[in-house]
Amino acid sequence: MTKSYDILIVGIGGQGTILASNILGEACLSEGRHVRGAETHGMAQRGGSVETHIRIDGDFGPLIVPGTADLLLSFDLLEALRYSHYLKTGGKMVVNRQMVLPTSAFTLKTPPPTVETILAGLERFDPCLIDAEKLAAEAGSILAQNVVILGAASWSIPLQADSLISAIRKLVPQKTVDTNVSAFEKGRAFGRTC
Amino acid sequence: MERQYLLGNEAIAHACRESGVGFVSGYPGTPSSEVIDVLRIQKDPSFHIEWSVNEKVALENALAAAWCGVRAICTMKHVGLNVAADPLMTSAYTGVTGGLVIMSADDPFAHSSQNEQDTRCYAHFSRLPCLDPAGVQEAHDMVRTAFEISEEFSLPVLFRPTTRICHSKGDVGLGTPVPNTKKGEFHKDPRQYVVIPAHTRILHKKLNEKQPALKKRLVERGLNWFSLKGKIAIIASGIGVSYVQELLPPGVSFMKIGAYPIDEEWLGEFARKHEKILVIEELAPVVEEAVRQVAGCVPVFGKINGYALYEGELSPSSVAEIMTKAGFLEKNPFAPTEPVQNLPMRPPILCAGCHHRAAFYAMKKVFGESAIYPSDIGCYTLGIQLGAVDTTICMGASITVGSGIANSGEPRDVVCTIGDSTFLHTGIQGLMNAVYNGADMTVVILDNRITAMTGHQPNPNTGVTAAGVETPPVSLDAVCRSCGVTFVETVDPYDLTGMLRVLADAKARKGVKVIIAKQMCVIVARRAGVRRGMYAINPETCTGCGTCVRFGCPAIEIADKKARITELCSGCAVCVRVCPVGAISREAKK
Repeated sequence: MTKSYDILIVGIGGQGTILASNILGEACLSEGRHVRGAETHGMAQRGGSVETHIRIDGDFGPLIVPGTADLLLSFDLLEALRYSHYLKTGGKMVVNRQMVLPTSAFTLKTPPPTVETILAGLERFDPCLIDAEKLAAEAGSILAQNVVILGAASWSIPLQADSLISAIRKLVPQKTVDTNVSAFEKGRAFGRTC
Repeated sequence: MERQYLLGNEAIAHACRESGVGFVSGYPGTPSSEVIDVLRIQKDPSFHIEWSVNEKVALENALAAAWCGVRAICTMKHVGLNVAADPLMTSAYTGVTGGLVIMSADDPFAHSSQNEQDTRCYAHFSRLPCLDPAGVQEAHDMVRTAFEISEEFSLPVLFRPTTRICHSKGDVGLGTPVPNTKKGEFHKDPRQYVVIPAHTRILHKKLNEKQPALKKRLVERGLNWFSLKGKIAIIASGIGVSYVQELLPPGVSFMKIGAYPIDEEWLGEFARKHEKILVIEELAPVVEEAVRQVAGCVPVFGKINGYALYEGELSPSSVAEIMTKAGFLEKNPFAPTEPVQNLPMRPPILCAGCHHRAAFYAMKKVFGESAIYPSDIGCYTLGIQLGAVDTTICMGASITVGSGIANSGEPRDVVCTIGDSTFLHTGIQGLMNAVYNGADMTVVILDNRITAMTGHQPNPNTGVTAAGVETPPVSLDAVCRSCGVTFVETVDPYDLTGMLRVLADAKARKGVKVIIAKQMCVIVARRAGVRRGMYAINPETCTGCGTCVRFGCPAIEIADKKARITELCSGCAVCVRVCPVGAISREAKK
């Protein structure tokens, strides 16, 4: 029906899903490809669960249908499981090992999920698990975790790595260009093996 | 032609510049806010730009500028149009000289709104044209068309993108910005601009006479179009168009409605060429009702006969389901999926160090569970998670609902909360009314100096305009006193002791009491470089009682049965007072 390559990026408001979307969109433009995307703005950003849809070579609507995403990028372990039903059979999942427990887990008396139970839930997707915080710190800033994950996933994304790196150079604040490019490369090096 | 990867609202803002807009006004509201936020950071703008205090004020300002021959745009969210409905209805009578585009962004699924109303109904009600884009590129292109149609028919034009367009992105082809060169010039014409009965009856007739030509022009301009393919047809509008186009089987006719009013003759001719018709649209069945009126005996499938839902937003899978159910697709191409169940929710939450949390905590401490807490629209509506929000209906309604409850004979204490921007939007009238009519209540103005929830837009309380020009900030204290309130106290909500004392004072008194809980929004403070240091919990003193985590700050979590403060801590120090055993203190400098 559609030949677009559909990526769902999920995380927590403030983790930089929108920057990741902008990098992908900018890279599409530089390759002369169409792209559609949808984002969460407004109050939902205040520490809430957020999702960003990107359809590379998309000509129609911006939303990805559950069960059809080619790639799921998750900036938080718990969010990966929450959105895992979006992935198509055989789709690729790249997931940050970090997990921020939602405050609801403490105020609502439900037992908080453990890393082990979430990893067990994700097992059937054979996720590429990445310690993005560590790699981002090595690159110079833990704020660059989003770019680390993008780098790890770049082997699956049908865009040239050079296009993505150029987009990063164009979009991140000038004084963080080196950090972010290094974060992308560290992520990319890690992603080759998973 | 330049192409950029833009948010719908960024594309709309760019189109305003391509149209030579000379006057921009609006009130922030998700999903509309970024249009002005993009325009207000343009260097050397050739247009006047303002965040107005509310949507009625914004529209009246823009209307007057358009009367002076300048192209004007006024932006708001759908519920803002309710506030602006008074000038809207009569602006259709007076008309405009310069183009006036009224952007009212709808929010199907109420992602960040109190209802799911449909701006297209206002278009029908006011007899104004309405443009309804199906995607980001079209949203851009339609702004330019809207200005042209507005000037051709001397009518304001409603422009109605939805959340899925305002907050979608795409590669957008852009034109070249044209600086505004027009200076406003008001030509006196009482028969046009003074709507006394003798004038308005004539103006109403003129408005009605414009309709037939307007309907035809919307078709001629390609805003409404069809392609004939077979014996069955789908008619779609808004974002539904893109979902239908992705699924449309060969041999099915397709009609796109991008503008209202719809030419009934043209619609009827199309309808009667088919054996059955499906209508796909979000929110109210506006297109469907028009189709039903002209379809004769052709069966129509839509919301009215239960094939589609009135509520919520469309998605590719829901459209596939409707098409399959109504017999327009043989098989739904999307297999059903189930999300993983029983994961802890991650709703939006007040930030770590948000002073609203401290104010709510103090209010509940003094007034208790039984008091009634009307609230309003802003970040602080999230206080519902703390049990400190009992009502929210629309902007400014915390004080009015509070005085209504207090004057209904309800004996319990009424303590309402309202943000500074909302207070200036439509709260002042309610306060004046409460004093005038003898209500017994406490009003807490949660004053963070900014319109935070929609993205930190300045308001008259901030001391800076949309364009970044410094301006004398409004004194909330003086406003409240001039409304007749004698008990007005300003407190820093981080000072829990002071806050508790002032609230207790208010509780002991009769009449309307106002407490201004004033502290900079924690996000703005962080961006401005305010660093208060961090706090830590002594695990030896901590008993693991959980009082601090129930306070609800996202910087506090439980690990191994002891509370712990994470790096999210902004140093507000309110939890120091919340902890019953004194286990929290400032972290030693590393």
